[in-house]
Amino acid sequence: MSENYIKHKYDPILPKKDEWPVVKLSKSRKDFIKRVAEASKRSVLQITGDNMALLKEELETTLYREKLRIKQNPWDVDPDDEKDFWRKVKSSLVQISADINTTKTQKKKKYLEILDDITMRYSEEIASNFIHSHYKVTRRIVTFGFARLLNAARVKGFKSVFSNQYTLQDKIQVVGETDQIRELASKGTIVMVPTHFSNLDSILIGWVISVLGLPPFIYGAGLNLFNIGIFAYFMNALGAYKVDRRKKNLLYLETLKTYSSEAIQFGVHSLFFPGGTRSRSGIIEKKLKLGLLSTAVEAQRANYQKGQDDVSGKIFIVPVTINYHFVLEAPSLIQEHLSLTGQERYYKESDEFSTSYKISKFLVKFFTKGSDISVSIGKAMDVLGNYVDTDGNSMDRNGRVINTRDYFISNGKVTVDMQREEEYTYRLGNRIVEEFHIINRIFSSHLVAFTAFQMIKKENIKMDLFNLLRLPEEDIVIVYDDFKKECQKVLDKILELESEGKVQAAPHLKGDLDAIISHGLANVGMYHAKRPLVKNEGGNIETQDLSLLYYYHNRLDGYDLEKLF
Amino acid sequence: MTLKNSSKEKSVGVVGMGSFGTAIANILAEKSKVIAYVRRAEVMDEINQHHSVDGISIHKDIIGTQDPEMLCKACDTIFFMIPSSAFQEVIRLFSPYLYPYHLVIHGTKGLCLNLPKGKTLSDIGKISRENILTMSEVILKETVVVRVGCLAGPNLAKELYQGQPAATVVASKYNEVILEGQRLLRTDKFQVYGNSDIVGVELSGVLKNIIAIAGGALAGLGLGENAKGLLISRGMVELIYLGNALGGSLKSFIGLAGIGDLVATCNSTLSRNFTVGYRLAQGESLEQITNTMEEVAEGINTVKLMKTFVEGKGMRAPITENLYKVLFEDLKIEEALQYLMKYPFSVDVDFL
Repeated sequence: MSENYIKHKYDPILPKKDEWPVVKLSKSRKDFIKRVAEASKRSVLQITGDNMALLKEELETTLYREKLRIKQNPWDVDPDDEKDFWRKVKSSLVQISADINTTKTQKKKKYLEILDDITMRYSEEIASNFIHSHYKVTRRIVTFGFARLLNAARVKGFKSVFSNQYTLQDKIQVVGETDQIRELASKGTIVMVPTHFSNLDSILIGWVISVLGLPPFIYGAGLNLFNIGIFAYFMNALGAYKVDRRKKNLLYLETLKTYSSEAIQFGVHSLFFPGGTRSRSGIIEKKLKLGLLSTAVEAQRANYQKGQDDVSGKIFIVPVTINYHFVLEAPSLIQEHLSLTGQERYYKESDEFSTSYKISKFLVKFFTKGSDISVSIGKAMDVLGNYVDTDGNSMDRNGRVINTRDYFISNGKVTVDMQREEEYTYRLGNRIVEEFHIINRIFSSHLVAFTAFQMIKKENIKMDLFNLLRLPEEDIVIVYDDFKKECQKVLDKILELESEGKVQAAPHLKGDLDAIISHGLANVGMYHAKRPLVKNEGGNIETQDLSLLYYYHNRLDGYDLEKLF
Repeated sequence: MTLKNSSKEKSVGVVGMGSFGTAIANILAEKSKVIAYVRRAEVMDEINQHHSVDGISIHKDIIGTQDPEMLCKACDTIFFMIPSSAFQEVIRLFSPYLYPYHLVIHGTKGLCLNLPKGKTLSDIGKISRENILTMSEVILKETVVVRVGCLAGPNLAKELYQGQPAATVVASKYNEVILEGQRLLRTDKFQVYGNSDIVGVELSGVLKNIIAIAGGALAGLGLGENAKGLLISRGMVELIYLGNALGGSLKSFIGLAGIGDLVATCNSTLSRNFTVGYRLAQGESLEQITNTMEEVAEGINTVKLMKTFVEGKGMRAPITENLYKVLFEDLKIEEALQYLMKYPFSVDVDFL
């Protein structure tokens, strides 16, 4: 993997927008939605085993939960006709069971009609609304607008606003297997799986995708984000389809999965945040949500069933880590995490990303003061987690080319086996987590946060985590010389791990230790009102917020570095 | 449904024709064409010319080969029936010819050490779970096959060979492997159960060997049924504790592969591990015993491994620890027994 940051403009792999899978999809949107609804219906019927009583029960449960949701947890984005729709469903359901004259087959037909209506509605609701002109505008805002900001801040003088000396790529570095992902995107279908720390991630990834010259990816974004005007625009522009976490009924979940699976089969590149939500604790995701991931496995098998055995039907999983010095939402995320896992009763503070104003303020800060972000693109894998070469061939550990299709074969034929695919998804999840740890890029700020927290923990070895976090911050001082010594130990281990290919270290970790430490101290959680780490007048290390320090420290969890203490 | 399958259907592979391998190959041959891999040329010739292994006749349709590639091409499902000490080596030999469409089921009740390159057990001293591999973990590590299963249960080879009624467990994370195992193995006299906790089932088979050696020792001392009952029940407790520490679930240990197999081997002179204990109690040394046994008693290696594991983990496992001393440190069996009788087991059952 190259040490240098990649900073050059890639040509788009598909120059004409009409060739973009996502544009093709949006052109045939209507048909596609229908297809999704049909397929979802089939899978619901399969799950209920063609048993009418069971189907009736699912329909009734869905109705009940939906009515409850409308009443208890309404959102701005909810459509106005929602109440009417469910009222109609209710009256049809009542009618069917009240009517004693209809035969069983007639009843069944009516239940199927209701099922049809619901899956159709859900699939319509989920479907993305990619509009090419919006996409262009958004991309321009992000790159052009940010570039202006950046230059205004960094290049002094009257004409600075029009200077092109700095571009977004100076702030956000894209490293790793960029050529491979471009190559594979033109041959098969990519499913990108990034780590998720901040709401900014989706926009960031969208930008990275366009910088790499890739056509837009579709991805599932929480419907709650569409509540915020500015996000809704960006999300739609980036090809987001909507995931409503309030809806947990079988019909909705099946439709959602089907949508994703069908889109992948259509050849549209997709983006999943496999952690499900942002990492609350700051730890790199270890347990992934397998629901959406399973759709990649399913789509791969479906392609093989259709006889698409060449690379055009192949699905490539590309893990990506986004590495930050600073996560805007860190204070509220860690508090949520602590109140969920611990006995502590925190006040739920307002989400720092909740208003457009706050986001803009952050963006201005980010671009004027600077806080580097790097995005590591990992090696592509097939749906079983085997690495693939640039031609898309899967390889085993010894470099022998193997055929992914073989995994879906029994008695010489590609077969459907849900239980098998469940296990495969689980394996894939584990492989993604492994890759996350390998491509994770360690920054100076992670180093100092980790070392400081571990030192504090060691000082108070008898306390459990929650008692530790309740220590008064003003009582904690770490002597700089000790701190430096410990940092050296951790750094040595990190560099050793890097040489074994188990993690990546940012280039700024390869200099003089004092400089690395001060870089780290300056950057760790730099815009928080209370800083996780500061140097006091005496030159020693202090913390202003232990929970935040814990959060940033967690980034290096999973490498057994704590054994050094 | 014991009809012969049509000629189009692929053969079933058996790797290793020890006594258990031969017994399983015979059962498989009732329904399918079987190709058996053997290491020694004379055994291959014996199979192909005389339809026998070491003089014991086998099903006439079993074909012997020394060619892993041929076997892998001809078979979709392969049974590996080799001792744990040779397992890794044989798997590596087959690995280049195995593909993801293969299903692999093994019947080896032993463990493998997985140490960093160039280190031995005595260099490291302490070992943890990562240093121990069950056979299914060896297969996953060395090959691209993911659909892996194992066979375990009270399956004394000689009884199987005689066609006495018996049952086995096919364990795998994949239902299709269990179903395939049942389809291939099930006969009027052989019942096949399924279990999804493959590691638990493997561990049951592995750990019960320790208790089997102890059982043999008690018999060798001429002790009666009370002592045996005591041993089986205390052995079970120890097995469950060790098994849990290695990642198996309780349910599997109290099933056919756990209790079922434990009872069978603790009572049987047909069991190699039992025989080791018996002869020890009769005053033979370990070296004398291993030199004169035809096949490997897996329990000896398992005792060594588990003793090191227990130490690394800071656990206590009185039966294993004392057996280790008897096997490798010249402790007299009588003294070990005395120690165990004094050991403060206060609670009868505390794992449920």
